[in-house]
Amino acid sequence: MDNPLITEPLFHIGPVPIAEPVLVNWALMAVLGLGSALLTRRLSRTPSTAQTVAELFVSTIDGQISDTMNRDPAPYRGLIGSIFLFVLVANWSSLIPGIEPPTAHLETDAALALIVFVATVLYGIKNKGLRGYLATFAEPSWVMIPLNIVEQITRTFSLIVRLFGNVMSGVFVIGIVLSLAGLFLPIPLMALDLLTGAVQAYIFAVLATVFIGSAVGEGHAAPSMQKDPSHG
Amino acid sequence: MDNLVEVVSIISAALAVGFGAIGPALAEGRAVAAAMEAIARQPEAAGTLSRTLFVGLAMIETTAIYALVVALLVLFANPFV
Repeated sequence: MDNPLITEPLFHIGPVPIAEPVLVNWALMAVLGLGSALLTRRLSRTPSTAQTVAELFVSTIDGQISDTMNRDPAPYRGLIGSIFLFVLVANWSSLIPGIEPPTAHLETDAALALIVFVATVLYGIKNKGLRGYLATFAEPSWVMIPLNIVEQITRTFSLIVRLFGNVMSGVFVIGIVLSLAGLFLPIPLMALDLLTGAVQAYIFAVLATVFIGSAVGEGHAAPSMQKDPSHG
Repeated sequence: MDNLVEVVSIISAALAVGFGAIGPALAEGRAVAAAMEAIARQPEAAGTLSRTLFVGLAMIETTAIYALVVALLVLFANPFV
């Protein structure tokens, strides 16, 4: 049985080993990038079917972001939308025969989670300034500084491990059932995998939104709730 | 029984996942039950509730996945085999 924690290199470009997930990632990036470029090349006032679907997708993501963060979704739309779309397509790439989803390997998930981590820090610094962002670590009091730092690391780690565990276990279970039972039995499990993949992509994107939202602070809608006199 | 470490590793991996899944399963059940009740009382808040529910479930699920990762480490990256 293949070891899910080890990735074998396929070939080398110079000193850099290239493994299968990297190739799949490149292919997905190319497909998504080219698809988006073609889709948005000719935008018109009277949208075609494809443009309507794309607009629906973007406005749904906008709605989710503004619901979660209570803020204008425009600065975060590109990052969150790309992460959601990429994780979704990566999870579903197992539908193509012979391709293992790249998110079933620890490295892809680590890269995605590191992007979220860096984006959290950058958005926090951009919105509050370096001093203001560092001051959030001392909330509610300076005693919490070690805990807050540990939280930053553990939540990034859990973001990695959650996506990896879910996708990898799906691939693993399908492999085991296929080797035990034969050709058609894993199909219901693959359908379940599609659902899991979509839910995990959604969760990854929502958690990224929540982390970034907590770094940039309360939105415009939240302070009015705090001034509610009933809380006195 | 030629390699005791491997035998113990496999058994302990199964135990880790088995017992590690109990707590998150109970917790997720409680969370979903509470969310169902809330949606039944206030159907118009279903969107917010289900988004919060998903995030909460993901957080709870993490403990089960940590158990899975420990089992995988024991099986595939065991330093003592």
